[in-house]
Amino acid sequence: MTPPLLSIRNLRTWFYTEAGVARAVDGVSFDIGAGETLGLVGESGSGKSVTALSILRLIQPPGRIESGSAIEFDGKDIVTLGDEEIRHIRGNRISMIFQEPMSALNPVFTIGDQVAEVARVHAGVSRKEAWDRAVEMLALTGMPDAESRAKQYPHQLSGGMRQRVLIAMALMMKPALVIADEPTTALDVTIQAQILDLLLDLQKKIGTSILMITHDLGVIAETASRVIVMYAGEVVEQAEVDSLFAKPHHPYTEGLMHSMPHIGHDQERLNVIPGTVPAPTEWPSGCRFRERCPYSWDRCETEHPPLYQIGEDHVSRCHLAIEPDRRNHPHPPVVVEAGVAAA
Amino acid sequence: MNGTGPLVSVRNLKKEFPIRKGVLSRQVGAVKAVNDVSFDVARGETLGVVGESGCGKTTTGRAILRLIEPTSGEISFEGRDVRSMGTSELRALRREMQIIFQDPVSSLNPRMSVGAIIREGLTIHKLAEGAAADARVRQLLQEVGLRPEYSNRYPHEFSGGQRQRIGIARALSVEPKFIVCDEPVSALDVSVQAQVINLLEDLQRDHDLTYMFIAHDLSVVEHIADRVAVMYLGKIVELATADDLYREPLMPYTQALLSAVPVADPKARKERILLQGDVPSTANPPSGCVFHPRCHHPAKDAACAALVPPLEEKTPGHFAACIKQPPTTVSWEQQKEAGGVHPPERYLPLAAVHA
Repeated sequence: MTPPLLSIRNLRTWFYTEAGVARAVDGVSFDIGAGETLGLVGESGSGKSVTALSILRLIQPPGRIESGSAIEFDGKDIVTLGDEEIRHIRGNRISMIFQEPMSALNPVFTIGDQVAEVARVHAGVSRKEAWDRAVEMLALTGMPDAESRAKQYPHQLSGGMRQRVLIAMALMMKPALVIADEPTTALDVTIQAQILDLLLDLQKKIGTSILMITHDLGVIAETASRVIVMYAGEVVEQAEVDSLFAKPHHPYTEGLMHSMPHIGHDQERLNVIPGTVPAPTEWPSGCRFRERCPYSWDRCETEHPPLYQIGEDHVSRCHLAIEPDRRNHPHPPVVVEAGVAAA
Repeated sequence: MNGTGPLVSVRNLKKEFPIRKGVLSRQVGAVKAVNDVSFDVARGETLGVVGESGCGKTTTGRAILRLIEPTSGEISFEGRDVRSMGTSELRALRREMQIIFQDPVSSLNPRMSVGAIIREGLTIHKLAEGAAADARVRQLLQEVGLRPEYSNRYPHEFSGGQRQRIGIARALSVEPKFIVCDEPVSALDVSVQAQVINLLEDLQRDHDLTYMFIAHDLSVVEHIADRVAVMYLGKIVELATADDLYREPLMPYTQALLSAVPVADPKARKERILLQGDVPSTANPPSGCVFHPRCHHPAKDAACAALVPPLEEKTPGHFAACIKQPPTTVSWEQQKEAGGVHPPERYLPLAAVHA
């Protein structure tokens, strides 16, 4: 097996807030292979975006990547790199596509200038050459009439077109890894379909790896080959995409899948995961999902579950792996009301 | 009129927003946000309204409550003419029609306690005061799945799903008959979204509520709605029962919209109808059928650009606005006169929609 492109080991990114230490990312490990699309799924507060920002070392105080965390890329540890070196990696070897294209673009520069800047900073080419490359890249993202569009400002473009600009910027340097943080969440469904198609098409042409971060299991199923599910700052399940959707193991993954309505398979009543995600300053002891889990038993309260191997390329952070019979006896969850505020 | 006939009836509703330019703010055009829309909402039903940003679904919902003043058209609620109502009549009407907003953060006043937010409607409509009002607030909180003692807390102390429950309790407080739910779950996480949808369904059953449920998420609408209206560029382009619409979408736009929804099943390799380009501007909508520049119907021709398609009944209870989808009242002769070269033919790329 070829070594992974990016290897994260025991990543802990904590925020020292007045309310306490928020352990937003708390011991996350995973690899991304070259050319692979890895899906990272989870709800608000699961730690998926903080994981992404940690990879680019974009964590601001009061946040901090704790010692003992390692993010290996190109044989170097991103966590301990100097500022100069990390700047060389950002936007060049690893780039990011953000959710909200309007706030990720500078309103006072033309989009052509903004895409060209990437080439000027990282490739050190002349103004003219950078502009030409920008136009070429914009055309590659399917922007009609790229030459004249490049002279427009972000507010003159639709949401879908702005997202194409961000994709052009992210792929300009043909990076080894693109982190796409909810790249289509702000877009309408028909535009989302266009943008996902474009991303995967360009990935084939450039051979880049993609870390696809989303809350939408549908987007994961249609783009990723492998999936990581995060909950409360931890990886709770990791599997090949087919295996995960065919047989989700962790009760959280299972709950997520059952709580979404599916077109063409309407059920009378939606399954719900009761309660809400606990506050990152006070993760529950033992299993962090146990209060919302229909199967939890005493072991879940006392023993923090490790990632159990439950199949080839399939791991799950749930004690059901060693006591599978418990799945036949669901009980009403511990939390019965709508959830207590983190007050 | 009571008990029979639709609860809400909308006819030829239009809302235009002027575009002004220059120092004198001369009107240079108009955004036709809602462009000649007609529909009924029956008692006890949930009418889903779907469409992409800018299609006019939110404006339609707000115009019914006259939170936005319509430009023209008729709106009636239980046979009463909503558009001719004066201030006091309108205030009385708002007791019967309520709205739940998308954003549970900006729709709750951060300086009011939860109890005060829910009480406000009771006071305005003189429904309860003093201890009776307190009791009613506690009962409402319980009904939406929150602890009664939360009434002294402030909105920022609650999660998004809980805030949405507070918004629902506020709408319920005046015992309305009709609630416009404007994207009530789209800001929520998947697991919380299911909780709120189930709550809305329970409340509908317990209080005989009628909903207009506006959303861009097609799978949520399929789940909750009895009938669904699809909007595009200010017009209703298809209207049918949820079963019919999702099983056999007739309007090419609806077909593309449904096929674009990502399916959470990696084995379901489905054909996708990829629409070209963006939604055109409502300030300058295309002539004829507003969807024709992006349409993928094989019989699309010059007639589609020339003739405005009526929203007509294609099969019983299933309305669509497409002159190329037979049967149509726009005859082939008329279409040929308008430059048509392809006679209408049934086009159902169903395999593409339901893999």
